[in-house]
Amino acid sequence: MGTMEQSFDLSGGGRSRRRRLANRLAEVVATLAALSAVAVLAIVVLSIAKRGIGEISWSFLTEPLPLFGTPGGGIAPLIVGSAILVAIATVIALPLGVLSALLLSEFASRRLAAPIQLVFDLMSGLPSVILGVFVFGLLVYGHTQSGIAGGFALSIVMLPLIARSTQETLRLVPQTQRDGALALGASRWRVVMGVVLPSSLGGILTGTVLAIARAAGETAPLLFTTSIYLNSIQTNPRNALPNMPVQIFIWSESADPEDHKRAWATALVLLAFVLVTSLLARAALARSRRKLGQ
Amino acid sequence: MSTVPAAETLGGTQRLRDWIGDRLLLILTLLAALASVALMVLIAWRVFRGASLSWSTFGLGFITGTTWDTNAGVFGAGTLLYGTAVTSLMALIIAGPLGIAIALFLSELAPRWIRELIGPLVEMLAAVPSVVLGLWGILVLGPFCANHIEPWLGRWFGWIPLFSGDPSSSGVFVAGLILAIMVVPIVASICRELFLAVPSELEDGALALGATRWEVVRGVVLSSSKPGIGAALILGLGRALGEAIAVTQVIGSATAINVSLFAPGDTLASRIAAQFQGAVTKLQISSLFYLAAILLVIGLVTNLIAQVIVRRFDVQRAAD
Repeated sequence: MGTMEQSFDLSGGGRSRRRRLANRLAEVVATLAALSAVAVLAIVVLSIAKRGIGEISWSFLTEPLPLFGTPGGGIAPLIVGSAILVAIATVIALPLGVLSALLLSEFASRRLAAPIQLVFDLMSGLPSVILGVFVFGLLVYGHTQSGIAGGFALSIVMLPLIARSTQETLRLVPQTQRDGALALGASRWRVVMGVVLPSSLGGILTGTVLAIARAAGETAPLLFTTSIYLNSIQTNPRNALPNMPVQIFIWSESADPEDHKRAWATALVLLAFVLVTSLLARAALARSRRKLGQ
Repeated sequence: MSTVPAAETLGGTQRLRDWIGDRLLLILTLLAALASVALMVLIAWRVFRGASLSWSTFGLGFITGTTWDTNAGVFGAGTLLYGTAVTSLMALIIAGPLGIAIALFLSELAPRWIRELIGPLVEMLAAVPSVVLGLWGILVLGPFCANHIEPWLGRWFGWIPLFSGDPSSSGVFVAGLILAIMVVPIVASICRELFLAVPSELEDGALALGATRWEVVRGVVLSSSKPGIGAALILGLGRALGEAIAVTQVIGSATAINVSLFAPGDTLASRIAAQFQGAVTKLQISSLFYLAAILLVIGLVTNLIAQVIVRRFDVQRAAD
């Protein structure tokens, strides 16, 4: 061994320098990539905030939509309509999603769970414009547009999201808690209602809020189901409901600069709602999962 | 043990309630899951049924037909398939490497606090509604491309037909960029989970052998998560293929294939979004359903491939 020590060259020659250089380069590229994504987010958010904030006033938020070609007007019908649409979607998707997740994680054998799981995964990958076409064919074609149709289309966006987040929360409930309750003689449904659901309720609700934030910004499912509406506040879901995403789309396609201003302001309201709720929900989700995981 | 009440002393009604409760919950959950599966079948059935008139008129020739003439009643998806492929590929070429690099930064390079700051920010990018991104695309990014990026590309790469022609603020190029912004967070978040799941003993072992961090990434992290990266790219591609709203806003509209990326175009999804409302004839509506059916098949196939990879290689499911 003593003779070998001489042959080691630890100072590193050109090859070593090249390796270190490649390493440095890779680090710089990766860092720049991450910074560019953050920069794009910042540019998008700031340019919308800059253009939208000037338009937003109390009257903009509370007045009915402007008549075609007239100045002024507000977006109150859009806010109310979007809220109703998302509420309808939640009423449909929440029970379906939570119950399906319960089946998958508490009752189903692997053989039964696998295909159902696959269907949810495929559903979450469906282009949302297809959902619009589907609901148009199912509920609107031959009838009229309605808030119910729009809400139903949005519920298909939310369903796989809620099912997955619920499953992930249920998975964190320790098996020992279920086993303990079963060993005490509790029946399955009592275990689910008394042990599993209470301890995962927070996670399920925040998962639902995330799904709501996602659905609130979806345009394509609403474009053919609830896009021809009156200028005033509509609350009857049998009629087409004015909503923010579709109106932003319409205004963005308009040639009138006034409409562009309205589009920016509405986009700011929508973006603020979506980003704030999903940030809060994410924080809450991380916290409740950490607590459950312990 | 003698203090435990014997089974008989439990009330009969209690046991009946439990029996009913168990069955009821099982049936309810089964019904919910079946309803979800049925919904998926119903979606496919309704879309295909809507396409039947166009199918019986044009048959498979619809897919390759490049004419879309509302007045003459002749429809084909050829130009739209081309537009969909070009915009999605462009998005993937930009967003794939970028997303992987971001994931590497977050999983291998960044200290914990930076990871917890930038990770959610990248995911916030995915939360921006597509109509909002499209609005930004048409009024900010489009003019910027037309005034700065496209003239520059034209000056240096104009000899490539893709970059020839006059710059314009709405066209295939802007659509590809907008789609790339949507795909980046998907690729980044899935890949980050993949890279974090690489056993640290492997990485430590390579480091101990004297490898640089980049060599560890190339030799251990990337090579051991190849299938997962593939799945992430396919899921990102699926997102790009199906995006309708933002693309409609920025791509302009075209009835013929334009070789130049700066020229307007159209994709399957954007044509549906742009024409569905104004469609007058039954044949046009049915042809739009046909487009949706093609999109559905493409979407299902890409997703299925990704899911097969995910299941076979036990990739963590990370993305929405």
